[in-house]
Amino acid sequence: MGAAGHDHDHAHDHDHAHHHKDTFITKYIFSIDHKMIAKQYLITGIIMGIVGVVMSLLFRMQIAWPEESFGIFKFLLGEKMAPGGVMRNDIYLALVTIHGTIMVFFVLTAGLSGTFSNLLIPLQIGARDMASGFLNMISYWLFFTSSVVMICSLFVESGPASAGWTIYPPLSALPQAIPGSGTGMTLWLVSMAIFIASSLMGSLNYVVTVINLRTKGMSMTRLPLTVWAFFITAVIGIVSFPVLLSAALMLIMDRSFGTSFFLSDIFISGEVLHYQGGSPVLFEHLFWFLGHPEVYIVLLPALGITSEIIATNSRKPIFGYRAMIASILAIAFLSTIVWGHHMFISGMNPFLGSVFTFTTLLIAIPSAVKAFNYITTLWKGNLQLNPAMLFSIGLVSTFISGGLTGIILGDSTLDINVHDTYFVVAHFHLVMGISALYGFFAGVYHWFPRMFGRMMNKNLGYIHFWVTAVCAYGVFYPMHFIGMAGLPRRYYTNSNFPLFDDLADVNVLITTFALVGAAFQLVFMWNFFYSIFYGKKSVQNPWKSNTLEWTAPVEHIHGNWPGELPTVHRWPYDYSKPGHDDDFVPQTTPMKEGEEELHHA
Amino acid sequence: MTSLLVIIVLVLLSIAIWQMTKIFDLTQVGNKKEDSQIATDNDNNVQGYLMFGFLAFLYIFMIYGMFKWGHLVLGTPASEHGPDYDNLMYISFAIIFFVQAITQVLLHYFAFKYRGAKDKKALYYADNDKLEFIWTIIPVIVLAGLILYGLYTWTNIMFVDEDEDVMVVELYAKQFSWEARYSGKDNVLGKANVRLIEGVNTMGVDVNDPNAQDDISVTELHIPKGKKILFKLRSQDILHSAYMPHFRAQMNCVPGMVTEFAFRPTMTTDEMRQQPEIVEKVSNINKIRAKKTAQLVAEGKTALDPYTFDYLLLCNKICGASHYNMQMKIVVDTPQDFQAWLKDKKTIVNAVKEDLASKKAEEKPVVAPVQAKVLDSTVVATAEDKLEEKK
Repeated sequence: MGAAGHDHDHAHDHDHAHHHKDTFITKYIFSIDHKMIAKQYLITGIIMGIVGVVMSLLFRMQIAWPEESFGIFKFLLGEKMAPGGVMRNDIYLALVTIHGTIMVFFVLTAGLSGTFSNLLIPLQIGARDMASGFLNMISYWLFFTSSVVMICSLFVESGPASAGWTIYPPLSALPQAIPGSGTGMTLWLVSMAIFIASSLMGSLNYVVTVINLRTKGMSMTRLPLTVWAFFITAVIGIVSFPVLLSAALMLIMDRSFGTSFFLSDIFISGEVLHYQGGSPVLFEHLFWFLGHPEVYIVLLPALGITSEIIATNSRKPIFGYRAMIASILAIAFLSTIVWGHHMFISGMNPFLGSVFTFTTLLIAIPSAVKAFNYITTLWKGNLQLNPAMLFSIGLVSTFISGGLTGIILGDSTLDINVHDTYFVVAHFHLVMGISALYGFFAGVYHWFPRMFGRMMNKNLGYIHFWVTAVCAYGVFYPMHFIGMAGLPRRYYTNSNFPLFDDLADVNVLITTFALVGAAFQLVFMWNFFYSIFYGKKSVQNPWKSNTLEWTAPVEHIHGNWPGELPTVHRWPYDYSKPGHDDDFVPQTTPMKEGEEELHHA
Repeated sequence: MTSLLVIIVLVLLSIAIWQMTKIFDLTQVGNKKEDSQIATDNDNNVQGYLMFGFLAFLYIFMIYGMFKWGHLVLGTPASEHGPDYDNLMYISFAIIFFVQAITQVLLHYFAFKYRGAKDKKALYYADNDKLEFIWTIIPVIVLAGLILYGLYTWTNIMFVDEDEDVMVVELYAKQFSWEARYSGKDNVLGKANVRLIEGVNTMGVDVNDPNAQDDISVTELHIPKGKKILFKLRSQDILHSAYMPHFRAQMNCVPGMVTEFAFRPTMTTDEMRQQPEIVEKVSNINKIRAKKTAQLVAEGKTALDPYTFDYLLLCNKICGASHYNMQMKIVVDTPQDFQAWLKDKKTIVNAVKEDLASKKAEEKPVVAPVQAKVLDSTVVATAEDKLEEKK
């Protein structure tokens, strides 16, 4: 990668006196520095996030005001997808599908985990960079490529993939079933295959780095909970993503090479297809073997970020450090044996349903431990209510609200009647969508000074949080009711069912909250991009935090620390420890004579 | 053109805001106001109170929602297992409300109560095994109870005893409609396969199978009250899901596979229509429809029909562009009415025979049969596959 850059025109632009000579290309584009790669992930994630959120607004408008003509539809979707400004019914499904895909994978997996794992793992464990900077660079560029392919799939003649983000065959396999299953689906699968490769490279890198490159004194039980979360997330990714890759490959075989892994006995558009002996249920198993751990791949980094931010801003040690690690491990383990709860009524043996109910409800235990530990950390703290802290508290709130309804959906019996209704939509958006998004925002507000050497405007941050918090509940709380009224998700309009006429008002309210909430994300965008260039210059350790990343100079340099790597003498949560003048004791501070470790790490 | 204008306006607006922020920043120069962008005591105070305010909002919103939207939730179930289902739901919700009420109060109240100040110091409190134990063991006990009760109900609903007296009915899904097949006097469904679909035999029933002789297909599902119905579900093309919300029943229809779900309806359609909550719901919906009708008529469009309650079978698995309109009416009759309704329905075998006879009568004078075969690719495919199957 270096060779390409050195003889480039821009070489003279950035001729700093570092030991490593940077050109524009090697510094900003094909960078192997984890801090720059983190920023690349962040910006790409934000751009994909805009696309995903705008899509959700479009289909929410369609649900609230079915089959009405909107200028914005005509403008964004064009005359073909929205003839006369009225959204076509298959395009509605396409928007739902791509919204889900983009938000789950591109924003909350790559955008969140990619950004903060890259930024924080080396800085918080005291390493000069990732174990393999080159692999890290490839990982980002594969992610970028997959994003581009996914965006391109929106513009193909037959429309983008529209079989739902779960792409269950046969719908996703047969262009006769829905136009989006033509070229759009092919590009979707290609994009995801590249994405998985990117994710695996990233994950391997994170795991190797955490295991091998911890600085002197940084034992596993002195790692910040962020790093624990990123580490375990990467392990889950390595275990489960390959299974999705295999499912995607088998689906490609079924689609293009006539195999019958997932298809059997199909009569469609007047003809019998040759497929024989496959089963869509097999695909569901393979998909959810990733799909469910994916929820934790999205959520765990957000919880890790929250743990760190809540402790720092409470000026208190995180309560139950060991219990927090244990619960991360328990969640990681359980997450790989609960996938069947998405399939209670898929036609699999009901006995399996019993098993998955059991394992699923067990996950509530480590989750409850985490929630209680967060609350106890706040107790008798000295809370510094920075925007990052507000988002972290918001995360705990939505994590509880959304998690609790999981007790209903995880119970095979109760799932019968709320499966695939808006109740499910409400549940997973609160518990993983909004919670992970809050974790993302919290992380951005908290580590922005670390990334860009400047501060984000706190007042804009406050406005952003409060409007978002109200709108998030405004959107998803009423959804529980329409779900329990029996309203299925993924309906283009409900007007064909007079039975649901009395739900129309609620849908208008939900859409209104969504529009307002999304509009206020512009405040964040403004704050973010403005602060990169014009924000107030940051001091080295603005939040008075203990972790190692704040001991590195504000100016980014290769290798993170100018001299020797810092040595670690204590765990990261010695906040307000008796016997110290300051209310924080950085990990690099040696233990005083006779000082005791007051925790059981 | 308008969109271009909109973009230009937006861009100009952003530039204006940007400039204003810069001017605002410049006016702050020399002002001693603290601007480190780190929360000050004042910020903590304001945000702490807002946290408390948010708690109030959350509670008011939740209680408001329950009053305003509570009646939308499905009411009295119309199946035997329905009350068990609802009971489990109530218990789960009781637990959820209890935990939600307590944790949200603690979280937001602590955020308010312990809002920071310069002269305060936090308590160094790293862990407490006893507390950890308590909030591990309490969920364990509560969840163990829920799991056991849930599994007990699940087993009761999902497993049908072999010697139980059931009526076998097939639900058949395809893009974008439903059909049902009654197994007739022998209570056994005849064999069927999509390769046998031809003309009026839309479900691909094997007309030569002895068990198929008395099978009847319909497009409006009638079931008798009090009889346990064992539904066998099939799909012709892609995944669908048979969702019957009022019966607390749902099962996917999977191509290449037969799935099952059984329940005993306990209320006829007429009885359900007289339920006070349904009466209220219907009158409410009709008010909404009347309003809409007035609007439509004013625009010169056709008026909406008034709504009467009916049980419905909905598709609840994304199945294509018209997924949102894949439904079938379900009528629960008294056993007598059901028998009367079923009596004059034609069997599939007879329908196929009649169809063949009428086709022959039509075709004879006009075209040669060979030509017709070539024109209709479906017929060719099916005929070939039939041959293959015989081999």
